[in-house]
This record gives sequence, C-alpha cells and structure tokens, in this order.
Amino acid sequence: MNIGLLETGSGHWNALIWFIAVLIIGAGVIYLRNEGEEKYKKGTNQTKPFLSGNPEISKEDSHVGASHIYWGFTEALKNYYEPLVKMHTGSINDYSGWIILIMAIIFIIVGVS
Amino acid sequence: MNGILMHAPALVIALPLLAAFVTPILGRFNYKKISWFVSAVFGVTLLLTLLMAGQILTNGTIVYVFGGGEAGLALPSGYTFPIRIIFQIDAMGIFMALITAVISFLAAVYSISYMEDYSGVDKYYTLLLLLATSMFGMELTGDIFNFFVFFEISSISSVALISFRSTFNGEPAEAAIKYMVISSISALMVLFAIGLFYGQYGTLNMAAIASFMQFTKLDKMALILFLTMLAMKSGAVPMHMWTPDAYSEAPSAITVVLVATSQASLYALFRIIFSLYNVTLNTVTVGWILIILGVLSMFIGVTMAVIQKDIKRLMAYHSISQTGYMLLGVGVGLAVLANPAALASYGIKAMEGGIFHIINNALYKGLLFLTAGALFYRTGTRDLNKMGGLAHNMSYTTLFYIIGAAAIAGIPPFNGFASKLIIYESVYQFNPLLAIIAMLVSILTLASFVKIFHSAFLGPQLEQYKSVQEVPKSMVFAMAVLSIIIIFFGLFPNLIVKYIVHPAVMALINQSHYTSTILGGM
Repeated sequence: MNIGLLETGSGHWNALIWFIAVLIIGAGVIYLRNEGEEKYKKGTNQTKPFLSGNPEISKEDSHVGASHIYWGFTEALKNYYEPLVKMHTGSINDYSGWIILIMAIIFIIVGVS
Repeated sequence: MNGILMHAPALVIALPLLAAFVTPILGRFNYKKISWFVSAVFGVTLLLTLLMAGQILTNGTIVYVFGGGEAGLALPSGYTFPIRIIFQIDAMGIFMALITAVISFLAAVYSISYMEDYSGVDKYYTLLLLLATSMFGMELTGDIFNFFVFFEISSISSVALISFRSTFNGEPAEAAIKYMVISSISALMVLFAIGLFYGQYGTLNMAAIASFMQFTKLDKMALILFLTMLAMKSGAVPMHMWTPDAYSEAPSAITVVLVATSQASLYALFRIIFSLYNVTLNTVTVGWILIILGVLSMFIGVTMAVIQKDIKRLMAYHSISQTGYMLLGVGVGLAVLANPAALASYGIKAMEGGIFHIINNALYKGLLFLTAGALFYRTGTRDLNKMGGLAHNMSYTTLFYIIGAAAIAGIPPFNGFASKLIIYESVYQFNPLLAIIAMLVSILTLASFVKIFHSAFLGPQLEQYKSVQEVPKSMVFAMAVLSIIIIFFGLFPNLIVKYIVHPAVMALINQSHYTSTILGGM
C-alpha cells in the first residue's frame, strides 16, 4: 500500500496501516471488555478503591493540582533545576547578557575555524 | 486572472498593508464589522498564496521586480547585478508564506469572538495586519535591506500586540518592553551585518551577494551577527528568555502569530546560511553550532516546561523545545553539506525532518495556544492550579487539545510523529546520541502535556466552572481547521514531504539555482 507511505531514509512509515491496526486491536479489546467478568458485582465493595483501609475522600478533594504533579521528578532533579530556574531571572539585563555571551562564543568558534 | 497571478507577490504584501490603514477608518463607521473585514482580507491573501504555491511548485521560482518595466525582468541589459527591490519566491519562501497565510487567517477568525469585548480592536487588527505583512515580506523578499525593513515592522507590531492587554496588571507591558529591547539589539546587529555586505559588494540583492561571496573576515563577522540574532529571535536557548514572557502575555491569537514570526526568523537564518554562504563557510563548525543550540533548546525548553504552572508559559517553553528539533535537523544537513555522500545518505532527510517540523509546529503549537486561549476565555485564568474538570463543559476544546497534545508529543498518527520520525532516523546516522536526546525530549513533552490535561480538563466539575460553556463558533472553527490539517498531515505525510517539504529543502541546498534565477549564467 503506497497511499500514505512515508520514506524516512532508513525505513518506512504508513499511518493508514497503523490506523487500521489500532482499529482492529481496539475492536478486540472492546469485544473482550464486553464479554465481562462473571465475578463482578456492581455497587458492592468490589467497585470501591481500597486505600489501606482508610475512608475514600471526595473526588473534589482527591484531584491532584498542577503544582503537585511530577513532584518526585523535580525533587529528584533538584540539583539540575535549582541553577536552571535561577538562570531565568526575568531581568532584561540578563537577557541581553546571554545574547552577548553567546555571540562572543560563536565569534571565537567561527573565528578560529 | 493572469494579471492577478502575475502580481500576486505584490498583492500578498499590498493587500494586508492597505487593509491595515483602512481598518481604523472602517472602525469609525462600523466597529463590529472590522473583524469580519480583516478575516476576509486574510482569506483573500491565503487564496493568493495558494495560487502562487501552485505556480511555484509546477513552474519554479517566481521573480517579481518592483518599479521595473517588466515584473519578471530581474537584470535589464547592461546591468551586472540587480538594483531594484526584487521578490524571489522559491519553494522554501512559499513554504513559509503558506504557514503565515494559514496562521494569520485563522488568528483573525479566532479573534472575531475572542477580542469582541475588548476596546481598541481597530488598533489590534491594524497591528495584526502589519505583523502578517512583515512576515510575508521577510519570507518573499530577495533583497537583504528589504528584509531588514520587514524585520523591523514585525518587531514593532509584535511589541504593540504583546502589550495589548496591558491594562490587566502591567505584565503584558513588561513583556513588551523586554521584547522591544531584544528586538532593538537584534535590529541593530542585523543592520550592521547588512552594512558589512553592502560595504564589500555594493549590492543588497541576496542572489548577487551570494554570487560575490568570498567568505572574508567581514563576511565571517556578518555571519556571526546574523546567526546569533536570528537564533535569538527564533527562541534558541540560552537566548530564549523573552519567549515565555512575550508568548504568555500576548492575546492567544497573537501568540499563534508570534510563533509563526519566530519561525520566519528561523527561515531567515536558514536562508542566509544556505543561500548566501552555502559551502563557502565551514559547514561542519556552523552545522554543529546549530546542532548544539538545537539540543540545548530541546532539552532546557522541555525541562523548564515540565515545572510551569501557567498554561501559556508551559506551552511557550515547548515552543523553544520544538525550535530545537528544527535546528537539529537542519544543523545535521548543514554539517554534511560539503560531503555529498553523507548529504545524499541522510543529510537531505534530516533537513526534510527539520523543515517539515516547522510547518507541523506552526499547526499544533497554534492549535495548543488557541485551546489555552479558549480556557482563558471561559475561566479568566492561566493558572493550572485554579483549573479542573473543564472537559465536562468544553468538549470541543478538550478534543482539540488532545489532538494538539498528541501531535506535539509525536504520537502517531498525528503530524508531529511524521517529522520527528524523519529527524530521529536521519540524525541517528549522523550521531546516535543526538537522536536519543530527541526521543527523550519527546517523552518529557508528552509528560508535560499530560500535566495540563490532568490539571485543566480532568477531575470533578469545579463549583466555579459549573456554568462554563463551550467557546463561540469562530474560535471552534479556527481550532477545528487546524485539527483537520494536523490529522491530514499525519495520515498523508508522504504527500506533504514530496510536494512541499522536499522542494523547499532542495531550494535551500541548491545555491547556484538561487543565484542563477536572478543573475542568469553569471
């Protein structure tokens, strides 16, 4: 099938084939899901989340806010983030300084090459 | 029809420029209809650009001479180089002009509802028209001083548009002042570089400069100035810091156009390096400079995005990150430009990936900024901590956001995947580590857009947003059109690469064709 066939230089990619494959696999998954689980009983304790025996908090209170998402990631990379955030001072003097610095570096590299 | 087509290059500039001056006058009579008038002007400009594209892709480069007896006569007899202002529109120029035409049209349509309640809308549209004019000028011109004039118009109109909502809390004004300072620095340096060319070669025509190019010490200095300033204007790290300020404070429709403006600067950088200097410079050194700037932009852009809480600042950092992919792809192509075997093996493909990513980024980044604008329009905040559960009320915006986010993260079958795949595979042959970094950046991109999706769209319906409704039709229309193009580009990337991207790449690489179009057999 040549329709949608993209040459990538090292291989090929065809989104249409991918799309058809996703449709077939998706149909299979939906079929299996609709088959159901015999032991499932709606409205019983089976369907409630188990939080180590603690009562379930309301959905409004359990929604994780943007500031808390990836906390572990940023905490683990604290040594990377601290200087990086400090670098973004918001001062136009620093913005100009970076431009001059990069221009000087490129000047040296291109100048000696 | 033939007359219109013959003068299309001039009309594409003249139409929005004239409309920019007509708009305030029209506003005196019918304030409400300005937005429709401007959208119609951009619609006609888009049609003209499409007509030009058809002509260029079938018949080759268009040359348009201003003020001459014949529009197509670049070099009257007895002249050794052209003296008039010339528009030289090849496949790369029209590629960029198409982006500008689509984005400015959709920004104007989106603004019909988005800017409805603001005062001074006539000035807003005048500035938007001027900004679009300047972008077309930067992309179509074959005259380096003419480029500078349009570069300045773009900076001035951008500054005014960034500060348009300055009555809010002063932050837009601060962002605009910062943008004004860095724009002034870049304008001064670019003018100085142009002066170096003119002082040596006595011409401002880009094809003529290319044919005279000796790569003297002065040419080296001009290259350094162009490279630094245009990389800065396209948001390359570590000269990117104006980007989150400007992108987040501008009205969302303008942010979309600002992304395209940055890409016009990136185009100018590529045009100068490839069409003016080409193999006269040390392609490996300059190629690696672009690659390093690209990798820094990709990585620092995306890691800074992950920790943002302001939806537009987060997306602005992603703009920086995506610019990195373009620099990486084109940088690899430049690094092997003087090596025909490597260029044919993977260099052209790397450049195709980088150039394809320009149009893809304009589409999905445009869509994402418009969805951010839709959220701000309904909630009045950009703070992700204050949002939540908006998918309950804004189903279309949610759908468009998912399409945009999937595309930028490189998830098949959307357009971002196609260009990223070409970049990964071709760059891997040049240096595997660079391809691995590019893939890692894609994973982090997905992570940060999942953060927005979770924070803004998922979760229970919040009390304060229970009465929130979907955004008006003009905003939905602009987002829907971008989504459709994204899906089409994703499903049929081969058509885009074959008919638009590959000719654009070849137009950049083939310097002799660029010069001979104007100078003949010189």
